[in-house]
Amino acid sequence: MVVFDKPHALTDAPLHYCPGCTHGIVHRLVAEVIDELGIEGQTIGVAPVGCSVMAYNYFNCDMIEAAHGRAPAVATGVKRANPKENIVFTYQGDGDLASIGMAETVHAAARNENITIIFINNAIYGMTGGQMAPTSLPGQVTQTSPYGRDVNHCGYPIRVCELLSELEGPEYLARVTVNSVKNIKAAKAAIKKAFQNQIDGKGFSLVEVLSSCPTNWGMTPQKALKWIDEAMIPYYPLGVYKDRSAKEEAK
Amino acid sequence: MKGNEAIAEAAIIAGCRHYFGYPITPQTEIAAYMAKRMPKIGGTFLQAESEIAAINMVYGVASTGLRVMTSSSSPGISLKGEGLSYLAGADLPALVVNVQRGGPGLGGIQPSQSDYFQATRSGGHGDFRMIVLAPSSVQEMAELTVKGFELADQYRMTAMILADGTMGQMMEPVALDLDVKPMPEKQWATTGTKMNRPHNIVNSLFLDPAALEQTNFERFERYKFIEENETMYEEYLTDDAEIVIAAFGIAARVSKNAIDEARKQGIKVGMIRPITLWPFPVAPFRKAADKAKAFISVELSMGQMIEDVRLAIDCKAPVTLCNRVGGMIPSPEQVLESIRQTAASLGGAN
Repeated sequence: MVVFDKPHALTDAPLHYCPGCTHGIVHRLVAEVIDELGIEGQTIGVAPVGCSVMAYNYFNCDMIEAAHGRAPAVATGVKRANPKENIVFTYQGDGDLASIGMAETVHAAARNENITIIFINNAIYGMTGGQMAPTSLPGQVTQTSPYGRDVNHCGYPIRVCELLSELEGPEYLARVTVNSVKNIKAAKAAIKKAFQNQIDGKGFSLVEVLSSCPTNWGMTPQKALKWIDEAMIPYYPLGVYKDRSAKEEAK
Repeated sequence: MKGNEAIAEAAIIAGCRHYFGYPITPQTEIAAYMAKRMPKIGGTFLQAESEIAAINMVYGVASTGLRVMTSSSSPGISLKGEGLSYLAGADLPALVVNVQRGGPGLGGIQPSQSDYFQATRSGGHGDFRMIVLAPSSVQEMAELTVKGFELADQYRMTAMILADGTMGQMMEPVALDLDVKPMPEKQWATTGTKMNRPHNIVNSLFLDPAALEQTNFERFERYKFIEENETMYEEYLTDDAEIVIAAFGIAARVSKNAIDEARKQGIKVGMIRPITLWPFPVAPFRKAADKAKAFISVELSMGQMIEDVRLAIDCKAPVTLCNRVGGMIPSPEQVLESIRQTAASLGGAN
């Protein structure tokens, strides 16, 4: 009896992520959802620039590598090329989605573009070696905020779900994390809903996943998971920030 | 029909059903036309939030193998430069229209040809080329649009229509019974695996330098083939010409008038009008240089194509510049004066 197996939607390529990084968990959750919904053959993923730049090697569905921040625009093109067939997701980090690609993010949400966005918020630029991100916390020490993020100098971190929730457009916005078994299960449910919404034609669904970066945070993997609880969740509360269909059904 | 509308209708005839753009003068008629037509024929017109988003939407549709286009004018094309580089790196076909206006910076909104370097050298970072087509009539706006889609598909690269504000706004009769070749099969496209093939990846990232070098070498082999096989140009009265004008687009039309007048005055002058700016039609210039004593490059720029003319003729004859910039257009009289001065310097008929 098989009790544990690799999802079909993941390739056999070894992941390049650092030990303790939660990208692997989120990749797996996305792949499990693709398997369970039976959509691998019609799914097209869009990888960002950042640590998950090579995500195209890890998913068995068709994949596109986009320019930094532009994944929602690329996904818009892919979706509009064949709206009935194509299931399109982007997988983006915080620098990609909330800094250089903020315009693409906001406008895809405003259009209620029928795509799914997996947004990895680990409060730092991982790929380039640990610089301050748009989501780095006040006081957080990074390579480009060596004395800690000074909000008087470079402003405050951006809460993406809250920001987008003010728009009429988006269908579903949720913030989850993957630092415990319980949280991983909740994260998977949110990701599944974000894909199901697209299948049902409901529109723009974004799941923000609070993630760890032990390497650039300078922490052990265990300490990093704890830091999500202690530092990140207080600034970025978990929860559903918008669920239009659920709200309409409740009326 | 306006030149801009001719481009839009020809694109639809060529099978393009996806257009993404951002408003900018003097090419907005293309977007307006598409906004009206696309919903009626099951196509997609989408006004993007920026030029950058528009070119990336193009990248998305191109990845799925469908014909797709965007259009803009000079400052907007600069913004699209990132996307043009990625399209090249990922070997994706697309049609991009630049209805040029004066620059640099915000410049003006009147006609210009000062994006020649940007279009023919590199529209963005990295080693790459685009096929650059320069229409000189509304009919050519339509025909080269179809040709652009075909060449883009054939060579998996961006084709650019490099027009100018005059071409875009000009009204002329246009025959739209255009022949369109069937689209080649695109087995590389990301259309979903349907679970019956390995996954396709559209990508421009190659972290291994040797692998990246190889993609560049292969791409430039293709470029070499294009240079040898796809140049287009028109020759006008070059057979006995002692003076040869190089001009494209609106500058070529002005030059033709000047040449006719100069011929009446007994000056042996002709013109080579490049239709492909890249690949540049080197052969006719080289041939002309065997006989011609002088060349004049007539441009709406500070002298950009003139460099290609000099390279093409190996500096066998002097090349002078006759130009206006900033949205100004050389008059036939200015070109005629330039021809007369050149003739005088050669000691020929006057």
